[in-house]
Amino acid sequence: MTTSDAATAVMPARHYLNEQRGIRSWLLTTDHKRIGLLYLFSITAFFFLGGFFALLIRLQLLSPEGALMTSDVYNRMFTMHGVIMVFFFLIPSIPATLGNFLIPIMIGAKDLAFPRINLLSWYIYVLAGLFALASLVLGGVDTGWTFYTPFSTSFSNTPVVTAGLGVFIAGFSSILTGLNFIVTIHRMRAPGMTWFRLPLFVWAHYATSLIMVLGTPVVAITVLLLAFERVLRVGIFDPSIGGDPVLFQHLFWFYSHPAVYIMVLPGMGVMSELVASGARKNVFGYSFVAFSSLAIAIIGFLVWGHHMFVAGQTVYAGLVFSILTYLVGVPSAVKTFNWTATLYKGSISYDTPTLYAFGFLGLFLVGGLTGLFLAAIGLDIHLTDTYFVVAHFHYIMVGGTLMAYLGGLHFWWPKITGRLYPEGWAKLSALVVFIGFNLTFFPQFIVGYLGMPRRYAMYPPEFQLFNVMSTAGASILGFGYLLPMIYLTWAWFYGKPAGNNPWGSKGLEWETTSPPPTFNFDRTPVVTEATHAYGHPEEVKVA
Amino acid sequence: MHPSIPLFPEQASTMAARVDNLYFFMVATSAFFAVLVTLLVIAFAIRFRRRSPDGVGEPIHGSLALELIWTGIPFVIAMVMFVWGASVYFALARMPDEALDIYAVGKQWMWKFQHREGQREINELHVPVNTPVRVIMTSEDVLHDLYFPSFRTKTDAIPGRYTQLWFTATDVGTYHIFCAEYCGTRHSGMIGRVVVMPQNEYEAWLGGAATEGTLAQRGEKLFTQFACVTCHRADAAARGPLLNGVFGHAVALTNGNSVIADAAYVRESILNPTAKVVAGFAPIMPTFQGQVTEEQLLALTEYIKSLPTLQQVPGAQAAPPPTAPAPPK
Amino acid sequence: MPEAALTHADLHAHASPRQQHHFDTMAQQKEAATLGMWVFLVTEIMFFGGMFAAYMIYRMWYFPGFAAASEELDITLGGINTVVLIGSSLTVALAVHAAQEGKKNQTVALLIATGLLGLTFLVIKYFEYKVKIVGHHLPDGTTITLFPAAGFFDVSQSEHLAPIASQVRIFMVLYFALTGMHALHMIIGIGILGVILWMAIKGAFTKEWHVPVELFGLYWHFVDIVWIFLFPLLYLVHRHG
Repeated sequence: MTTSDAATAVMPARHYLNEQRGIRSWLLTTDHKRIGLLYLFSITAFFFLGGFFALLIRLQLLSPEGALMTSDVYNRMFTMHGVIMVFFFLIPSIPATLGNFLIPIMIGAKDLAFPRINLLSWYIYVLAGLFALASLVLGGVDTGWTFYTPFSTSFSNTPVVTAGLGVFIAGFSSILTGLNFIVTIHRMRAPGMTWFRLPLFVWAHYATSLIMVLGTPVVAITVLLLAFERVLRVGIFDPSIGGDPVLFQHLFWFYSHPAVYIMVLPGMGVMSELVASGARKNVFGYSFVAFSSLAIAIIGFLVWGHHMFVAGQTVYAGLVFSILTYLVGVPSAVKTFNWTATLYKGSISYDTPTLYAFGFLGLFLVGGLTGLFLAAIGLDIHLTDTYFVVAHFHYIMVGGTLMAYLGGLHFWWPKITGRLYPEGWAKLSALVVFIGFNLTFFPQFIVGYLGMPRRYAMYPPEFQLFNVMSTAGASILGFGYLLPMIYLTWAWFYGKPAGNNPWGSKGLEWETTSPPPTFNFDRTPVVTEATHAYGHPEEVKVA
Repeated sequence: MHPSIPLFPEQASTMAARVDNLYFFMVATSAFFAVLVTLLVIAFAIRFRRRSPDGVGEPIHGSLALELIWTGIPFVIAMVMFVWGASVYFALARMPDEALDIYAVGKQWMWKFQHREGQREINELHVPVNTPVRVIMTSEDVLHDLYFPSFRTKTDAIPGRYTQLWFTATDVGTYHIFCAEYCGTRHSGMIGRVVVMPQNEYEAWLGGAATEGTLAQRGEKLFTQFACVTCHRADAAARGPLLNGVFGHAVALTNGNSVIADAAYVRESILNPTAKVVAGFAPIMPTFQGQVTEEQLLALTEYIKSLPTLQQVPGAQAAPPPTAPAPPK
Repeated sequence: MPEAALTHADLHAHASPRQQHHFDTMAQQKEAATLGMWVFLVTEIMFFGGMFAAYMIYRMWYFPGFAAASEELDITLGGINTVVLIGSSLTVALAVHAAQEGKKNQTVALLIATGLLGLTFLVIKYFEYKVKIVGHHLPDGTTITLFPAAGFFDVSQSEHLAPIASQVRIFMVLYFALTGMHALHMIIGIGILGVILWMAIKGAFTKEWHVPVELFGLYWHFVDIVWIFLFPLLYLVHRHG
């Protein structure tokens, strides 16, 4: 591979951004790269909306009496924060932006298998978002993003059905994305691109797509039954008229647990690419990393009851879910060790994407290890529904997925925009994000073990110190997220041209121009070597 | 620990130390691996930093031996954690044979406790020290969760069902009670205190405030008030099964199955009587759904529990004598 | 490496006008479309599966109510509908075969037959629903409607069903959810059938290219199979001879 020379790189004359102009060419595009950007724009908007609610939550929790807002308002804050962040940011984030943009290029195809369905999935997402915004305008929902019954069906006086419809519709966007990826990866690989030469980013998205396709329909029907119950008052989930509230939890978590793997697996895929490129070395134990993505997807469907250890399950169900939860942690450990081993005898740069990869490694490690705490039922009895759980999942989703997302955005920004971002500002932001993140969420482990429950608008005074630390961290974290918004946008218009391969990385995306042409390649590539085959190609065994 | 910067809640029950020990083990193991990986990453990042713009890493494919090691060791550690966690869980989930039963009803947004001796409390629970206490709970409306952080235990209070938890408090003092399942507007206000007292003080406290009699006595009054006695009686005018001595025993049903007459069955029979009718009787009992509160149901159950065995009950088969009443489902 | 980017002409330099730009060959396009339809049908299985799971659990808990409510369904109409749907799967399979052979008139006729059978199903379903909505007579003389003032399918006036009212209502809501979702899929299917039929009439399908007919056939078979599960589960809970 040849690294582009920053001094002489130029933008290609024609590429996917300028080959067609005008708003219609964007709103009616079938180009996966443009659709990825449409998603990027809308997802970012939802991220900042969800983040705004997070800020309000943390401001409320500065004082034990919760003086900023009433409990009613606070309950809407954490609900809307959760609904927006889970369904409108995290689940689509990496797949719909980076996945859409990169998967065809990485496998040597001209587009996804179904470009029009890809565009449709974005419009469905936007429609779903409008429902979510409508529920916000109508006052916001106060059930928690988990919509537990019978509170959500029979007691809440908020626009539950509107928000539920938003979730229902967003599910179809997710299903169509997953369907598109599965067919694309099966059928559109370039000559020579065998399964075991695929970038691990693609493997991770394949596993994610399996979950999207199999799990999402179940939450769709669950939300629909919830809506029927709320409107018709029939008693599917309401015990006062014969229903079972725990059944709702089973149906809800059957999707929502695999959903967290939808959120983290793409981040792991990004990690593999960042580590390999950052160390200029193939990922250690490629097939183990690839198969561990599949293992996580499959075993991930079997562990949903670990959200319900105190919810009225039998002892034996609890034991089964506990042991399976430990099992699902093993492939993640395997990946972590493989990424670490990739660094050994690598040639490691300290560019921003690599820094984000290091951040992911450390933070995902803490998040994953604390998952083990929660899998031990004897300990989970004390910890469930406390801030310990909140800290655990934020370490994975923010410390993991969001770091990977930012790292990926930085890594592929030159490819997407054709321009380099300012490295100094980027490194600074990565540091600010890392520090802010830990200050926000580490104290929550402690205050959770102390017994502070989740979803509390006010709390006993002895918890205040940790809450103040957490809020201080959140302000720093928020600032750290604003910076990339600014300089990445600036770089889009004014950054130095990047050239085809500013990082000197291996991968089909780096063999085409930055930005790529509309149909990705001048000629359909023919693949002859394994992914990330740096060094002497003949020494790298092709699996 | 500096009192103003607490890191752990007090260990105020027999189980607290066990839970904390498991926690310390997990912290130690996690810290070990976190530090190990962090040090390796930092070491590799420095030792193998890129020294020239064209530098590449060495193409190392992988190592089956290493993969097996770092799959096997985490798996073994995970299984140790599972077994330890399960063992602590068994201890928390298995009700002690002899326990002081206290009933709890959660409702938006308060906890109502009833002692069998008749004391009623709201958001405050007095218990004797060094005595196993079993809290049997339900909810009047939505899901709640009764959480005692200092005892390291919690359980959801589910409407339509009975659930239970137990603890043996070891230290006299006052500790938090929280609701730990989001339940609406005043979820964060649904908190209280558990007051652990020396035995003699607890007895004194029980005898202290005026009550309307024990829970069972209250149940007896309700049994008359709701006219249960018009059908559930010992003479020829009886149209329902006699309830003496039934609690805790197996009961044959009209559909050929049998069921243990526990608190859940009693509750269901009052609210939905035609669901499980005793063999030999017609499904004519009216429903009291909407007329009787959860607390009244508990009082009625206590009353039925307290009825002495007068004679063999038609339709009931005596199970092998239980040492204690069957636990509520 | 840097040669002129692919032009529009380059992309049209392939055999069939039906081949989309991003595919290399027609075979690849057909394989992708077929795999896509199968993956979509798997999502549909999971979608209906959630409802089936809820149904099976409640049936286990509330068998008396489910048995009684099931007896209120019209088994004759349900049985006719089953035969109608199986017949329509036959006609669509024959239509696919005719399309594969390039026989336009046969294809059109069989697609029309499929559509008519599908419409028959929906008409019968309409009558079944209408009875419940307008006034359903129980054997004990009471009349139930779907949305009386007292709430969805309120049976408290029926001596026979009042003791197990909540069980009956849960059955009915699951009945309407399952058959309603199924009917919605039928309606969408007939809509798509309309488009396929129009294409067939215009002569779009040849021996070489008839993928939409095949994919439509797959979808139609799936909708039929769902009904084949629904019918015994809902209508045949506890029928005595």
